[in-house]
Amino acid sequence: MLGVEGLSVHYGSVTAVSDVDLMVADGEVLALLGPSGCGKSTLLRAVAGLQECSGAVRWDGADLAKVPVHRRGFGLVFQDGQLFPHRDVAGNIAFGLRMAGVGKAARVARVAELLELVGLAGYASRRVGELSGGERQRVALARALAPRPRLLLLDEPLSALDRALREHLAVDLARVLRLSGTTALVVTHDHDEAFTLADRVALMRGGVIRQVGAPGEVWGRPVDAETARFLGCGRVLDAGELAAFGGVPWAGQVGLRESALRVAADGPVAGEVTAAVHRRDHVRLVVATVGLGQVDAVAGIAEAPRVGDSVSLRLDESGVVPVG
Amino acid sequence: MALRRPGLRRAAGPLLFAAVPLGFLAVFFLWPVAAIVRLGVVEGGLAAVWSEAGTWGLVGFTLGQAAAATVVAVLAGLPVAFLLARVRLPGAALVRAAVLVPFVLPTVVVGLAFRSLMPDGGVLAIVLANAFFNVAVVARTVGGLWAHLDRRAEDAARALGATRLRAFTSVTLPALTPAIGSAAAVVFLFCATSFGVVLLLGGARYRTLETEIYLRTVELLDLSGAAALSLLQFLAVVAVLVAGAIARRRREGAQELRGRAEVARRPERGEWVAVALAYGVLAALAVPVVALVVRSFSGGFAGYAALNTTGYRGSLQVTGVEAAVNSLRAATDATLLAMVLGVLASVALVLLGRSGLRPGFVEGVDTALMLPLGVSAVTVGFGYLITLDALPGDLRTSPVLVPLAQALVVTPLVVRTLLPVLRSVDDRLRQAAAALGAGPWRVWREVDIPLAGRSLVASAAFGYVVALGEFGATSFLARPDAATLPVVIGRLVARPGELNNQMAYAACTLLMLVTVVVAIAVERLRVPGVGEF
Repeated sequence: MLGVEGLSVHYGSVTAVSDVDLMVADGEVLALLGPSGCGKSTLLRAVAGLQECSGAVRWDGADLAKVPVHRRGFGLVFQDGQLFPHRDVAGNIAFGLRMAGVGKAARVARVAELLELVGLAGYASRRVGELSGGERQRVALARALAPRPRLLLLDEPLSALDRALREHLAVDLARVLRLSGTTALVVTHDHDEAFTLADRVALMRGGVIRQVGAPGEVWGRPVDAETARFLGCGRVLDAGELAAFGGVPWAGQVGLRESALRVAADGPVAGEVTAAVHRRDHVRLVVATVGLGQVDAVAGIAEAPRVGDSVSLRLDESGVVPVG
Repeated sequence: MALRRPGLRRAAGPLLFAAVPLGFLAVFFLWPVAAIVRLGVVEGGLAAVWSEAGTWGLVGFTLGQAAAATVVAVLAGLPVAFLLARVRLPGAALVRAAVLVPFVLPTVVVGLAFRSLMPDGGVLAIVLANAFFNVAVVARTVGGLWAHLDRRAEDAARALGATRLRAFTSVTLPALTPAIGSAAAVVFLFCATSFGVVLLLGGARYRTLETEIYLRTVELLDLSGAAALSLLQFLAVVAVLVAGAIARRRREGAQELRGRAEVARRPERGEWVAVALAYGVLAALAVPVVALVVRSFSGGFAGYAALNTTGYRGSLQVTGVEAAVNSLRAATDATLLAMVLGVLASVALVLLGRSGLRPGFVEGVDTALMLPLGVSAVTVGFGYLITLDALPGDLRTSPVLVPLAQALVVTPLVVRTLLPVLRSVDDRLRQAAAALGAGPWRVWREVDIPLAGRSLVASAAFGYVVALGEFGATSFLARPDAATLPVVIGRLVARPGELNNQMAYAACTLLMLVTVVVAIAVERLRVPGVGEF
């Protein structure tokens, strides 16, 4: 079990990470989610032992302050793989096993097992320069998993890949982590990635952890307006302002997802379309309304209105999240 | 609290590494140079020399010929840089090696090659010979940056209506200016302190500070005057080094650089002019080399046969073959020593860079290690003569002295070849290895050494060639009965007798052959795109 207590990192007068407390249970995958520059990668580096910090990093209660990187037994996967260019795929995966003094036969067997696990069977003698971006990340993952690390640290593992590949690989990565029962800390700025991979999500902003919880929990009830905006709520307002749509079941602040307001012939609120953008399966609109001012809304492809059209909007309750 | 000063704590180890090369530098470089300063200032040579009218003519000629040679080298180097960086034509590897050859040729070889072309020597011969050496420096330095410049900036300018030439002058040239500037500074330095070429082509008629120091010491025994001149030259060198460092700092991180592959392509239309110019320059570079070889056979094989003798009427105290053996032996010792010092210095500089110490401090150590590259070898040799008698065993008459001086010249080259490669290794690669269980030493063994291994071998080969051809310091330090091949060549052409000339040309041809073979090997071992030579 990983325990982080009161961890802070300072660069001169700048505080990159401020008094963070965090726990990762055995077998659990925790995602550190936040915008770039929020300190999440710095926190990961501090856990790895690559970054000087104050506070404590513990494994099963034992302080790791005096334990250097190479004795922590934590695996590390970088955004762009960082494979050893002078070794082939098998040589990369076997690296940690060699460091641990594992015999040749056992190494070969373990490498084959991992190549199978990450879906690259038969790639053992490929040169790393010949691999595609996705394949490189798979090899980087296999390399980190090979010595059976007690904790796997992944720093934006999928960010360097294009979107289609990223979504595909995120599912694969989640499967591999479950299958190998690995305890893992994943740093990412991508919500979908965090929610696909993680058992729990820790939201970080300005060097501070703002909210920790299961993905559904965090997604369904952001702790404050700023967090709600980061999670994709275009607008945070007081529930009372939604009265025009009829009786609403919320009190206090609520956030509106982009799908919260829909164009409907019988909608209670009228407005004029000021912008329209086509997406894969819907049209995103900006609508100027009388009561709410400029709001985001969606329409189906079939009934897509044009800029300047008058439309009426209704509220879809599944697109509204209570905040706080 | 220990954590408060992480930089200092982590710097302790690397500073220990750096201590060995810096100590060597102190004893075998700073001390002799300081002694020259003392001799020049205290014994009154300075005032006397500086007030002599001839001194300023000497300074003027030194700087003037260096400036002229620099201009020629830059003009000739630019098309070649373009060829190396932007053009994908068959035979590129051959071109790269061919450009490197003049730079590694021993100075006596180049001097003699130009003498066979222009028997009367003179200013033009000196300027052309100095430029001949340094075309490679310009082509490599500028080409290195050019190959990584984003071509799309030019495309953007062309799309905005600029002609090909206009796009070059308004976009590419300004981007290249820092590289041209630092190349020109280095070339100027080499030309201003060039010794062998000027001595062979200028004789007593056209003298630079460098040859004047030699002549005063060896022929007039005017030590304090020579010291004052050395001092003058040292000041000029430091000024140029500082200017170069400033230009380098501006270059770093200033541009969006790209991998080489996507910028090299077949030339189009107007670019063929530049390609033709580049091949013209390459052809011109070949002329002196060919002339030298032809000249060596002017008496049939007489010159080669004479290598087994001591020359016409015993002009030498050793035979040509013995001199060659001396050369090989001294160069081997010098290379081994320089490798140890250069590797220690490079490792220390990499570790210091990572330790979080002020970058200015690390840069200071770096520049200090480069000083011998800039200070003339003649000054170093002269400094040894007036200091090293104080060390136990009076090193002045010892055969150890030649390899020591050569190592001093070679070490900076090793550092400059190795350091950029070590620095280019992504730190996260080392961190990945550490996370996989490799301790600090193991990380070096598993990551740094395999990645830098080729350049390590290349720098050894390059250093060997330079030591083999070293003339300035060696001509001061080698005893006549233990002379090296370049020293013997220098002595042969200063003595009368056609046999001596033929023998000198033959020896030069052999020396050139060895150099070229090693240069091609270096080229094959180079890590593409990294390293400054």
